[in-house]
Amino acid sequence: MKVHNNRAWLLVLPVLVLVAVSAIIPLMTVVNYSVQDSFGNNEFFWVGTEWFQEILASERFHNALQRTLLFSALILAIEIPLGISIALAMPRKGFGVSICLVLMALPLLIPWNVVGTIWQVFGRVDIGLLGYGLANLGVDYNYTQDTMDAWITLIVMDVWHWTSLVVLLCYSGLVAIPEVYYQAARIDGASRWAIFRYIQLPKMKRVLLIAVLLRFMDSFMIYTEPFVVTGGGPGNATTFLSIDLVQMAVGQFDLGPAAAMSLIYFLIILLLCWIFYTVMTSTTEQDATAAGERRHE
Amino acid sequence: MAGIELAGIAHRYHGNDAYSVNPLNQHWQDGGAYALLGPSGCGKTTLLNIISGLLSPTGGKVLFDGQDMTGLRTEQRNIAQVFQFPVVYDTLSVAENLAFPLRNRGLEKLEVSTRVKEVLTLLGMTGRGQQQASSLNADDKQKISLGRGLVRTDVNAILFDEPLTVIDPHLKWQLRTELKKIHRQFGHTMIYVTHDQIEALTFADQVVVMYEGSVVQIGTPQQLFDKPQHTFVGSFIGSPGMNIIRCGVDGSDAIIEGNRIPLHQSVTATGDGLELGIRPEHIQLSGSEGVSVEVTVVEDVGKHIVVRTRLAEQEIDVIVREGTAIPERVFLKFDAAKLNLYQDSFLLDSDP
Repeated sequence: MKVHNNRAWLLVLPVLVLVAVSAIIPLMTVVNYSVQDSFGNNEFFWVGTEWFQEILASERFHNALQRTLLFSALILAIEIPLGISIALAMPRKGFGVSICLVLMALPLLIPWNVVGTIWQVFGRVDIGLLGYGLANLGVDYNYTQDTMDAWITLIVMDVWHWTSLVVLLCYSGLVAIPEVYYQAARIDGASRWAIFRYIQLPKMKRVLLIAVLLRFMDSFMIYTEPFVVTGGGPGNATTFLSIDLVQMAVGQFDLGPAAAMSLIYFLIILLLCWIFYTVMTSTTEQDATAAGERRHE
Repeated sequence: MAGIELAGIAHRYHGNDAYSVNPLNQHWQDGGAYALLGPSGCGKTTLLNIISGLLSPTGGKVLFDGQDMTGLRTEQRNIAQVFQFPVVYDTLSVAENLAFPLRNRGLEKLEVSTRVKEVLTLLGMTGRGQQQASSLNADDKQKISLGRGLVRTDVNAILFDEPLTVIDPHLKWQLRTELKKIHRQFGHTMIYVTHDQIEALTFADQVVVMYEGSVVQIGTPQQLFDKPQHTFVGSFIGSPGMNIIRCGVDGSDAIIEGNRIPLHQSVTATGDGLELGIRPEHIQLSGSEGVSVEVTVVEDVGKHIVVRTRLAEQEIDVIVREGTAIPERVFLKFDAAKLNLYQDSFLLDSDP
């Protein structure tokens, strides 16, 4: 029989303390707030699931959720194909590689609020290069007043900021494909599309999964950039879940509903990530089980 | 199917001064089974890729049945090639993998499925067509790579680049036999690259031996064994390889470290760089007559005994039958008919 040595727990303890302080305790505080009401003076009353019911039924939450989902969907629909295309077009060897990699990495090095500020100024009709230029071309563009313009600005900004991440991930997947696959494809007379469809895309699947998950989570939780550029406006047009949450928690100081909303927000992200993960790895797992079964035969 | 002619083909990789493949002329007959044998890095894969068009040569021409193919892309040359490591299209099934080269060439559905069925039977994988290719083990994956070469009936040639490297030893024999059978049945021109002499000798009718970017000998396995044209061929083929002993020549005798060895024919060779080649199989041990040597190691490899001896600074290997007693003082007797004389590594042809 295996002997259990309980002293091993001592070795786990430091990490446990760190995780407790950084994650578990704050999270439990939020759980605590979400089931209680407070009228100040640190007095709390048990309200059960009341806040959750209220949030789930509120139109304000539904609207913010829809906006956030739409934003994430658009971001994924643009950045993933664009990222793959750029990665495919990048050189595989020579001095061009390092130039491309540095250029691609540049936007990733800029802090979120700086990106927001850059685009906020860039798009201004009075002094911004983009806004002023468009206005002079006769385009009626104003992101502070027009919903469509605000959305386009935010999406273009995010694409500018984060497509490189998808590019770099895809590129790493592409350069890892052994040369012999391309040679075999030439022998087999495969077209450019067939090479992409049957060699490059399958080999990029793992990095693509990471890219999709990262871009989904980041875009679904986006806060700083829209806060700086549009402040959630015009009206509530760009008030995403995160902005709505901060308004509720910090602006209105509604701790209970804000805590309940945080938890719902968290669970939605968890659920959607799980769905992405399951769908994108399902074929791989089938292969793995099939291989396993064969081994047992 | 086609005969392949290499006219003055040479290749130098970018940034290298030395040629990987020295200018060479070579004719591969239509329907022949050739092995391209040589150590790693001798240029055999480079030569293969030049034939298939994956690499364009620095100089020279590739001709298929007299037609110049040098400028044509791989896809236009209609060549099948199997690589060292298995390549399968992961997302496709076994049958779809086999159908891939046919579909890319726009063959009719019915013809594709007939061909795929035939190849599945050929590979002994009947009934496994629907299996996902990524779930196969390395052996089966390599079979599929092979199958993608065999599925096309109209190929000019099938090139193999050390295809059995990753295959289980017991399966190697089986697959090689299978390949020979396929060759007899369909008569494709086949070129098989390997650094394994057993593989080369069992597969091919003609073995082409490459060394440092040059073809040093083309011949049947028997010719390679008995009359190596180059000392490299002698020492590379055989286990252990041919003994190459520095010597001098006086009339019809070779002189090794002061010992006279009669050659079966008089050779008019003068100058330096003379070497005597003799296979370990063609030397006999003796207790009294011949060249006196010192025994360094005796290795019993099961089917025979390898006696490693030393004559001054030169090593000479001898193969003797299992159970032979090793005399206390060892002398070597050379079989005069099996002696080969080399100058600057190349055979001095004494035959009329």
